[in-house]
Amino acid sequence: MNLDIQREELLISQLADLLKNDKHVAVGAASPIPGAAALLAKEEAKFLNKRLRVTILHSNKYNNFTDGARELFDCAAQGRIDTFFLGGVQIDGQANINLVGTGEYPKIKKRFPGSFGSALMYFVVPQIILFREEHSPRTLVKKVDFISAPGVSERGVYRPGGPKYLLTNRALFKFNKNLKKFSLCKINEKETVKNLIKVTGFDFDVNNKISQMPNPDTNRINILRDKIAPMVSEFYPEFANRIWGI
Amino acid sequence: MKSFDELSLKEIVDEVQDGFILGIPADYSGVPMKFTKELIKKGVKNLKLYCLPLTTIQGDMLIGSGCVSEIEAAAVTLGEFGMAPRFSEAVENGKILIKDSTCPALHAQLQATEKSVPFMPLRGVIGSDIQKHRKDWHVIENPMRSSGVREEPVLLLPAVQLDILVFHAPCSDRNGNIQIGRRRELATLAHASKKVFVTVEKVLDIDFFEDELSAATCLPALYVNGISIVKNGAWPCALPGVYSSDNEEIKKYSLAAKTKEGFGEYMRYCL
Repeated sequence: MNLDIQREELLISQLADLLKNDKHVAVGAASPIPGAAALLAKEEAKFLNKRLRVTILHSNKYNNFTDGARELFDCAAQGRIDTFFLGGVQIDGQANINLVGTGEYPKIKKRFPGSFGSALMYFVVPQIILFREEHSPRTLVKKVDFISAPGVSERGVYRPGGPKYLLTNRALFKFNKNLKKFSLCKINEKETVKNLIKVTGFDFDVNNKISQMPNPDTNRINILRDKIAPMVSEFYPEFANRIWGI
Repeated sequence: MKSFDELSLKEIVDEVQDGFILGIPADYSGVPMKFTKELIKKGVKNLKLYCLPLTTIQGDMLIGSGCVSEIEAAAVTLGEFGMAPRFSEAVENGKILIKDSTCPALHAQLQATEKSVPFMPLRGVIGSDIQKHRKDWHVIENPMRSSGVREEPVLLLPAVQLDILVFHAPCSDRNGNIQIGRRRELATLAHASKKVFVTVEKVLDIDFFEDELSAATCLPALYVNGISIVKNGAWPCALPGVYSSDNEEIKKYSLAAKTKEGFGEYMRYCL
């Protein structure tokens, strides 16, 4: 079997590592990599005799909801979802996310799809993992052009949830709510801290405990390719075809 | 057999007047594509699309065809096939007004209408630029003594009533009850709409209310103003549980619609 790990497989593996303590992970729109990671974590939890519930919004099969599209938000507000994933056209150093577009709103220069459910989910889900493959000065910026959902809130605003991690092609960051700042946790084996500072539009903390992103072991990659890939093709057929040729 | 009068697709299209607020179902809840194409042929103008909570090819086609003046949505996208090109172009050039929202707010505004109350509160959203630009939204301090945190800021959203809703469903029974399965957001849309029309794949000669299972998964005929049988009515979008989306066709659209000319050519072929 070909054990060359693809970029997407490494990211799936990184995300799956962050879901180990969860009971319920939900995955929203346009999220094939988080979706695969959640199903992988669910499969691995079985070996530890743990049960992880996964809700993939765009799937009929891997979906626990019967009360319509609003149930995701009601369920999250009730505190029944431990982890959710959000992305961003831009993400800034205070973990503000922009899903709307670049330029000065409303006279926007480049329009993207829109904020989806981020403006509630970011407030109520305890572990939000920000995920953006492209790690460049245009995606990770000093200040976003539009705040779809703020990284931190003023005192008094109801906010049991918020950003915990940011994963990109190049690195994994942890968000510190009190400092309102990201700190570097792991880097891709092809990366250097020096280069990361250059390609990141915002300042972040670099502590001493930085490690490399570990490649998934043979066992994990086998589960992913044999078992998870066909599941993913049910709700992200284009992605599954591109990565695994199925 | 049937206890309702079946409409033609044209009769449904004729119900849509210029300037109407039209309810738009998400790509997972039965997109009435055949209806949408007929609507475009009719040349309807100044529609205000209310998306619950997003739209894909349906909204993009209506916008590209010049049928829309305003859209309220949490997202307009072609999903796996990238951005909705006609939507992006129209917003970038100021051709339509986009009322940017977020999914739970779009649900809550219709839920207010369901209950016939003037507004609905929602948590989250505060401090976002979505909230900053929505002059029709208000933040108050929680006035309740027995629930929530006293004086916590809470967002209030206005009730929104739709003029008309059209969606596509697998089937109706002989009494005009519509099978919606788990897609309960279609019920929310219907409850909040002055008129509701449904295109269906077929009509079954049964009564959904005779069985607890089918009774619980239908939209009662009391909310429905008319039904038309339209085979493959969601194509190229999926009809969940019946057929999946035609990804080749959506991809074809996504490439063609990148330019105004390409879009025009595609629409000539598809209408």
